Amino acid sequence: MATKYELKSKEIWDGNTAASHALRQAQVDVVAAYPITPSTPIVQNYASFLADGYVDGEFVMVESEHSAMSACVGAAAAGGRVATATSSQGYALMAEVLYQASGMRLPIVMTVVNRALASPLNIHGDHGDMYLGRDAGWIHLIANNPQEAYDMTLCAFKVAEDKSVRLPVTTNQDGFLVSHTAQVVEPLDDDTAYKFIGDYTPLNPMLDTSNPATYGAQTEEEWHFEFKASQHKALMESPAVIDEVFAEFEKLTGRKYNRVESYKLEDADIALVVMGSAYETAMVAVDRAREQGIKVGLVMPRSFRPFPYNEMAEKLKNIKAVAALDRSCPMGAMGALYNEVSGALSANGQAAIMTNYIYGLGGRDTTAEHILEVIKETNENAKAGKRVTDLQGFINLRGPKLSFN
Amino acid sequence: MKNITTLKEFACTPDRFNGGHRLCPGCAHGMIVREVINATDDDVVVSTATGCLEVCTAIYPYTSWDVSWLHIGFENAAAGISGAEAMYKALSRKNKSFNPDKNVKFVAFGGDGGTYDIGFQSLSGATERGHDFLYVCLDNEGYMNTGGQRSSATPIGAHTTTSPRGRVSYGEKNRKKDLTMIMAAHGCPYVATATPGSKHWKDMAQKAAKALSTVGPTFINALSPCTTEWKFKPEDTVEISDLAVETCMFPLYEIEDGHKLTINYKPKNKLPVEEYLSKQGRFSHLFKPENRWVIEEIQKEVDRYWEYLLRREEAGV
Ligand SMILES: Cc1ncc(C[n+]2csc(CCOP(=O)(O)OP(=O)(O)O)c2C)c(N)n1
Ligand code: SF4
Ligand SMILES: [Mg+2]
Repeated sequence: MATKYELKSKEIWDGNTAASHALRQAQVDVVAAYPITPSTPIVQNYASFLADGYVDGEFVMVESEHSAMSACVGAAAAGGRVATATSSQGYALMAEVLYQASGMRLPIVMTVVNRALASPLNIHGDHGDMYLGRDAGWIHLIANNPQEAYDMTLCAFKVAEDKSVRLPVTTNQDGFLVSHTAQVVEPLDDDTAYKFIGDYTPLNPMLDTSNPATYGAQTEEEWHFEFKASQHKALMESPAVIDEVFAEFEKLTGRKYNRVESYKLEDADIALVVMGSAYETAMVAVDRAREQGIKVGLVMPRSFRPFPYNEMAEKLKNIKAVAALDRSCPMGAMGALYNEVSGALSANGQAAIMTNYIYGLGGRDTTAEHILEVIKETNENAKAGKRVTDLQGFINLRGPKLSFN
Repeated sequence: MKNITTLKEFACTPDRFNGGHRLCPGCAHGMIVREVINATDDDVVVSTATGCLEVCTAIYPYTSWDVSWLHIGFENAAAGISGAEAMYKALSRKNKSFNPDKNVKFVAFGGDGGTYDIGFQSLSGATERGHDFLYVCLDNEGYMNTGGQRSSATPIGAHTTTSPRGRVSYGEKNRKKDLTMIMAAHGCPYVATATPGSKHWKDMAQKAAKALSTVGPTFINALSPCTTEWKFKPEDTVEISDLAVETCMFPLYEIEDGHKLTINYKPKNKLPVEEYLSKQGRFSHLFKPENRWVIEEIQKEVDRYWEYLLRREEAGV
């Protein structure tokens, strides 16, 4: 039995510490992991918890992230609770196995501390890694601060392990800006947290050797399509469970989460879509813009996958112009948020003027001032009733202005 | 351990691994697998790397596996089984076992491609971490599932589709990687070579039983003659296996605790390598006058290595 960890009602935790405590409280049976900045402290904290008897699972310190996710797959198929953490290059190295994990419907939970992808090498935050895993068949939840990193990690287990979902889940937090920034976090005590998540009962565990299970079979053209479609169906139907879990979490903690978060949208003419820690910076910018008479609001998909198309369109139904801020270089296209939100609007017959901004790559600072500029430009579009600004701009980029039309 | 008295029984018993799979007639993979997983009375959980064994034995909605079985990818059979083994330990400690009165053994199978090459890091890592599992390499000396390309297990002179014989080529140029010794150098408690030959299938069954009853990471490198890509008749698999041993192209030995080497079979009359090479189409070009020197080189290398094994055994190190 693991020793209980006495927590104060308010702790000063950074995002990594918050996520590690959530893993500890979930009493994960197997963690297989490999260190990489900025998620390394999660792996180290977990090792310390183990060394001090606060967890009694197995900790497999593998030789690469490819093996980390592979060992997670083996452990989850064997039949117990499994979690890991990674960032950036580590996430990229896992890419192949991410698809194998979700294809086998294994409810692995992974904290991704978002970081840029090389080259050039960079250890700081952006969403390049998260976007890489977009189509891997995982649920991706977003946390904007340490409290949310803790809360989302607890919720992740409950969503992943729900019998109707049975899909792996990532909880994303921005490298350094969340992972290494200490804030007040209100944790649950160990018993309450575990009770919220509940015991895990696996389906078809390999270790139930009296009922052997075959995992990872070959399917060619007769069956592959059906498997993939049913996996997609599980993802598309997971919002019902995510909503339920968020509702239960609110009852327990008073903290309310939504698949689409919004800020001051009720009377807004224009809106920004932004995900991650920049959402909080954008709140400051929105307040300042409103002082200047610009009616602006914010939206954020809390679940990047499954993408909340209809809820997003509903939130934006009275909006005249939208700027989508993507923290990843789209390399020959518009950013992912731009594309998803445009799709959500057009599917619902809405025609807000859409623009795209790329920001914060490799940890580049994005301040409220920068976002205020975006708000002003977006407002120009709303006033003109057509796009008068660039289709795609870059925020706080050095050198001559870069934009595309 | 199952009481099996003849090789034929081993080749056909439906226990744990059923027929009806799509391995070529005469393929040695199935014989080896059946011997290994029946070499213990404990329950087994198996992981398999992508390759002939995997694609031929679990084609949805069918499976040949009457034991729990996992296939993830080509390069991660060892990492996958290490995760399953870790889960077994965790659940046993937490009193959450599914069958508390049963012991479970963990076995991974990989082809030479999935073991010597792309999966080597994963195998080395799982071995170094000391997981309690047996890894069996089904060494058919090439990437057969994808049409017979070379691997680092392909022997010098062999024709493969990526080391082809040609007007100016005698086939594979690099010597076969000595994976068994590399695995011994990890300090594994038990490492062995094996073949499904007529004289040696019992040796293989014993080695599998020994490996499975040893605590810690163990490794068996099993020669798995491939009728399709080595180009011999399906009914000759066993004979080819025997010739590999009689010529010392594939000597049978075991190493305990990383150093103690025992040769399990010493041919009374070591046959010339030609006896082995001439039975396989993949070496036929070596018998042309301009390539004869390659056979001589192979013979020299085989003699040198055999001498090395004998001396090492004698020295007891
Ligand atoms: C990452 C990756 N690279 C390449 C392949 C293609 N591939 C599948 S099986 C195989 C060869 C298997 O060779 P081996 O491991 O020797 O097994 P055999 O089929 O010979 O028994 C290759 C190249 C793959 N499935 N995955
Ligand atoms: S190609 Fe070779 S290894 Fe593959 S199934 Fe056929 S005989 Fe066996
Ligand atoms: Mg092979």
